[in-house]
Amino acid sequence: MIEVTHLTRRFGNLTAVDDLSFTVQPGEAVALWGANGAGKTTAVRCLLNLIPFEGQITIAGLDVRQQSKAVRKRIGFVPQELNFHDDLTVSETVTFYGRLRKLPHGTDLTPLLTRLELLPHINKPVRDLSGGLKQRLALALALLADPPILILDEPTANLDIRAREEFLLFLHTLKQEGKTFVFSSHRLEEITALADRVLLLEAGKLVIDTPPHELERRLGWETTLHLYLPEPTIEPALQTLTRFGMPVSRNGRGVRVQVAPGKKGQVLRVLHEAGIAIEDFTVE
Amino acid sequence: MIDLATVFILAQKELRDARRNRWFLLYAVAFAGLSLGLAALALSGAGNYGLAGFGRTSASLINLILLIVPLMGLTLGALSLAGEREKGTLLYLLAQPITQVELLLGKFIGLALALMAAIALGFGLTGLLIGVNGGGAQVTTYLGLLLLTCLLVLVSLSLGFLLSALVQRGATAVGLALFLWLGLTIFGDLGLMGTALILRLDVGQLFALALINPLQLFKITAVFNIRQNLELLGPAGIYAIRTYGSQLLPLLIGLLTLWVILPFLAAIQLFKRKGVL
Repeated sequence: MIEVTHLTRRFGNLTAVDDLSFTVQPGEAVALWGANGAGKTTAVRCLLNLIPFEGQITIAGLDVRQQSKAVRKRIGFVPQELNFHDDLTVSETVTFYGRLRKLPHGTDLTPLLTRLELLPHINKPVRDLSGGLKQRLALALALLADPPILILDEPTANLDIRAREEFLLFLHTLKQEGKTFVFSSHRLEEITALADRVLLLEAGKLVIDTPPHELERRLGWETTLHLYLPEPTIEPALQTLTRFGMPVSRNGRGVRVQVAPGKKGQVLRVLHEAGIAIEDFTVE
Repeated sequence: MIDLATVFILAQKELRDARRNRWFLLYAVAFAGLSLGLAALALSGAGNYGLAGFGRTSASLINLILLIVPLMGLTLGALSLAGEREKGTLLYLLAQPITQVELLLGKFIGLALALMAAIALGFGLTGLLIGVNGGGAQVTTYLGLLLLTCLLVLVSLSLGFLLSALVQRGATAVGLALFLWLGLTIFGDLGLMGTALILRLDVGQLFALALINPLQLFKITAVFNIRQNLELLGPAGIYAIRTYGSQLLPLLIGLLTLWVILPFLAAIQLFKRKGVL
């Protein structure tokens, strides 16, 4: 569906995207993950041919540079900064972009707007919408012509926790309906919720291409578990975990354990088998 | 391949935006008010209402047009792309199935129609004033000036678009537009006189130099439209008539048209090279 080969984009002396190559299969959700400045947004803009680039990108068999208009017909885009024409109402905005996307005159958009809970706000100027509603409007515009591919640049960056969860749930539904996703994010929870594959970018280079559940192991990350225990069991817990070779220390109302990737359950199991009850725990 | 339906949609949007733009409204009201004032003066100056009303008004209008129309076109054109780029709306627009050429064309046509409508309103009200007061002579001269002014709108807009494609911020674009306007209007005549004196140019060279400035070009064409000769402009004018004869008007209009096309093509190339950034 998407094939990126040796994509490079330079801004003066800075190489924002450096020889990036990857493919995306139909129905797959691929996350571009990395810190700010890793090159995620630049890569997304290149996919849409919004900025000149070196290398080759084909989408649905079409050359992005040569057939950019035909390519964009197949893509719904949700930008990071939700800058629409603020003086237009939601209705006018939807109509304007619908016309640009060549929707047949009289197309009923009520189901889409209802699904995204935008119908009660249809006559409001865009400037009066909250961040969450603007995000939904962006997604509605992206879905106007029902494109097979969705490209999202930090889609939940401007949302609070509740709105983010709702938005991710909606994206998940779209994924189940068969949409192909490419999205950039710096939030790990977003990636694990939606992506089939994660492309970790660092300084514009592709460092890791892996399924999300492999990410911690591939990165060699250690997780810190904070276990809250009844006071009399803290000392036995320290001894038990030490005996199993786990780096553990006392921490206020319980213990703190350094755990290798994929081994969190082992800590809980060891304490359970030793008859030590865990009141609560947090993961860091 | 340019999709005219897309260009039409974008032009409609631009027209709508212009109606809500307070600068555009201010320019339109200022032009209409001042041209009405000039017409009233021209009519009263004739001593007898109705005597050659359109001809006198056309002559008075030329300097007003030379001041206001380039200011309108340059600043609004300069804001068109740079403003959208600064607000971030340009990125989202170009993520749609449209090309950069379609976007530029749509914006250009929309803004041009809005500005021409404002100019036509000013001309229309002024014409009404002259007509009501019984002046009917030289209507064709007056209409010719209206058409030439529309061409000047296109020239100014085209230059404004070129500036807009060059820079990222709306304020910088407007600053550049004002600088260019000042250069073309205020320093145009002075620069021409100074250069002619210092370099001891002959009349042919002086006339050629005048044609480089699109505003001088408009002025020469407008004077020719009213008088059918250029004696008013001195030796350079007489030289032009003797050299080019009946070819002079097509030459002048052709050059003005080039001033529309060339900056616009340059704006397209720049816009394509820079992308949305």
